[in-house]
Amino acid sequence: MVSLLASAIGFMPFFLFGCTGEIITEKSGHLNLGIPGIICAGGAGGCLAVSIYMNSINGATPNYILLILISIIGAFLLAGLLGSIYAFLTVSLKCNQNISGLALTTFGTGLTQFVMKNFVDINDISTASTLFKLNLPFANSLGWFGEIFLSHGILVYIATAIAIITAYVLNKTKIGLHLRAVGENPAAADAVGIKVDRYKYLAILIGSGIAGLAGCFFILDYIQGGYDSYYIMESLGWLSIALVIFTLWKPNFAIVGSIIFGALYILPNANIVASITTQTAIKKVIELIPYIVTILVLLFISISGSKKAQPPASLGVNYFREER
Amino acid sequence: MANNKTIHEPLLHIVKRDNISIAKKISIYAIAILVSLLLGGIICSIVSPRGNVGKFFTSLYEGCFGTKRKTWLFFQEFSLLLAVSMALIVSFKMKFWNLGANGQILMGGLASIACSYYLGGKINESLLIVLCVLSSMLAGAIWAVIPAICKALWNTNETLFTLMLNYIASGLVNLFIAIWVTGGSGILNPLAYGKLPEIYNKYLLIVLFGIIITIIITIYLRYTKHGYEISVVGDSPNTARYIGINVKKVIIRTLILSGIICGIVGLLLTSGMSNNISADKAGNRGFTAIMTTWLANCNPLFAIATCGLVVFITKGMEMVRPTFGMLDDTISNLVIGIVYFFIIACAFFVQYKIVFNAKTTAILNKIATPFIWVYDKIKLGVLFIIEKIKPIFNKIVKKENTEKEDK
Repeated sequence: MVSLLASAIGFMPFFLFGCTGEIITEKSGHLNLGIPGIICAGGAGGCLAVSIYMNSINGATPNYILLILISIIGAFLLAGLLGSIYAFLTVSLKCNQNISGLALTTFGTGLTQFVMKNFVDINDISTASTLFKLNLPFANSLGWFGEIFLSHGILVYIATAIAIITAYVLNKTKIGLHLRAVGENPAAADAVGIKVDRYKYLAILIGSGIAGLAGCFFILDYIQGGYDSYYIMESLGWLSIALVIFTLWKPNFAIVGSIIFGALYILPNANIVASITTQTAIKKVIELIPYIVTILVLLFISISGSKKAQPPASLGVNYFREER
Repeated sequence: MANNKTIHEPLLHIVKRDNISIAKKISIYAIAILVSLLLGGIICSIVSPRGNVGKFFTSLYEGCFGTKRKTWLFFQEFSLLLAVSMALIVSFKMKFWNLGANGQILMGGLASIACSYYLGGKINESLLIVLCVLSSMLAGAIWAVIPAICKALWNTNETLFTLMLNYIASGLVNLFIAIWVTGGSGILNPLAYGKLPEIYNKYLLIVLFGIIITIIITIYLRYTKHGYEISVVGDSPNTARYIGINVKKVIIRTLILSGIICGIVGLLLTSGMSNNISADKAGNRGFTAIMTTWLANCNPLFAIATCGLVVFITKGMEMVRPTFGMLDDTISNLVIGIVYFFIIACAFFVQYKIVFNAKTTAILNKIATPFIWVYDKIKLGVLFIIEKIKPIFNKIVKKENTEKEDK
């Protein structure tokens, strides 16, 4: 049980980054279905940055802090670039959000493989990923507490910090209030002088950048450099959009939700299941649980009709000032 | 007037167009497609030293129509995508965002293969095929009608519901493969029974299905009461309720139709081709069809054009890759993504126009003077071509207008 929880938290950042990024985007009233593509692109950006850094130091021992910082910036930038395409299409050109997002997913997966196969050296990635996995030296001496909470790479803590900061900014600051106003009723926000387009652009860019870190985590920390991992990332990317609904658009809940989804993802291959059964069919059934849970939550939200659990009112609707 | 200095006039603003001529619309789209393909060609030539932009376009063409087999394959893929687009058009026209065509296709295929697996050899072969067809239609319909019922009863968000059902469907396929294949290879061998019969060659059956379903849906949407109800529900559910249309019934009925078509596509992809199934059998056609349907503005006739274009690029890119010496299919997704972006962005230029303020206009005019001369010459050429093809489009426009007046 301890090892299951530990590995669930170990996989949490993937869902948490993706979910937090999508929450920020959705709070501005934009449903970004391009998140799977953006996550992939983030992975490619992180690897690209690592590769460039490793080349520049030419075989010397990489600096831990510098390496982590550079890969995070790389992931953030490439994911943000894709986010800016989406933002330009939906905010400035007012194109349909679903379609722009799906096109972005196609483009993002293509771009990822393209970058990974042409510009990234696999040896650099495996060297870098050992650093990403690095945890506190005394974690193992603290028993179960150490194993569950302290035995992870740095991205786990960064993800948690980002989710908490996002929750604080959204709920306690003026910027958060403005952003929520833009997502609920852009015309009213515009009327009181909030720069609607600027908020939307920033929310989409920052949200995409944060989501991109999920890809960075997946390639550099979790599977430590698979080239053909884009398909897994894409299908898990959809789950992180689903998680946004599961957590009712609250970054705080997202931390717990990510651990639950992480556990569900880990479960088919965990020791607990292996000790009960070895049949692959059972594993396949367990793999379905996250999707079924999401559907049940969707149904629950719509049947209960609770006001607190609703998406931002103008989600999916583009704002055109001259059309009132 | 003195106050004018302090007033900040924005550089440009956006105005909604009242009306746009069909010729202008088509030229906007044509320019966008050409520019995006040109961009794709340039990217490919930069990446690979073996090719150039000219070669890019010739191998695009050769990939689709280079040999007789390739031409058949092109039309087979074209028909499949067209059929899925038709399934989506009926639901998109109702503003029901069915993103679950992938799952519906897979369930159709799974049902048909399950019939062949369990009943193959035990009952008469022709009876088995009938059972396969019926079960695939039923499975596709069930997979589409679940979100439809929830939407009708509780207004559940169908975008994410159908999206999740895609992954449950592929999970179910994996589950059944795990049950059926005991060796651990994870790949189901082609089954001996329940393969659909061939007409003339192995492609024609699928092509015929694509053509027939397109004709049926076009007629269904334009000339039947059901089709009219779909468009009213899509435009305004309140109006529909007011004039006595049972909105819930229309939603459920339409999604059953949509699911049946997807189910048959699944049947064709499994029993009609290799007679086995895998989780990626749908080949992402569900998502591709979403793009084609949207770009076609939910019009069955335009969908023929958009499906043709997308299949042309995908099939063509299969030829571009070896010509340019690229082994993997990464580059095709990249190029298709670029084309999508350009066509999506077109919707803006069709619906809105940009108006610059006086100051910017003056500066722009100065910059533009040499270009205007070139532009005029090109415009004369384009106008000449448009004059030639105008009669063809007038026919389509007339049909559209009469339909609008009917409403």
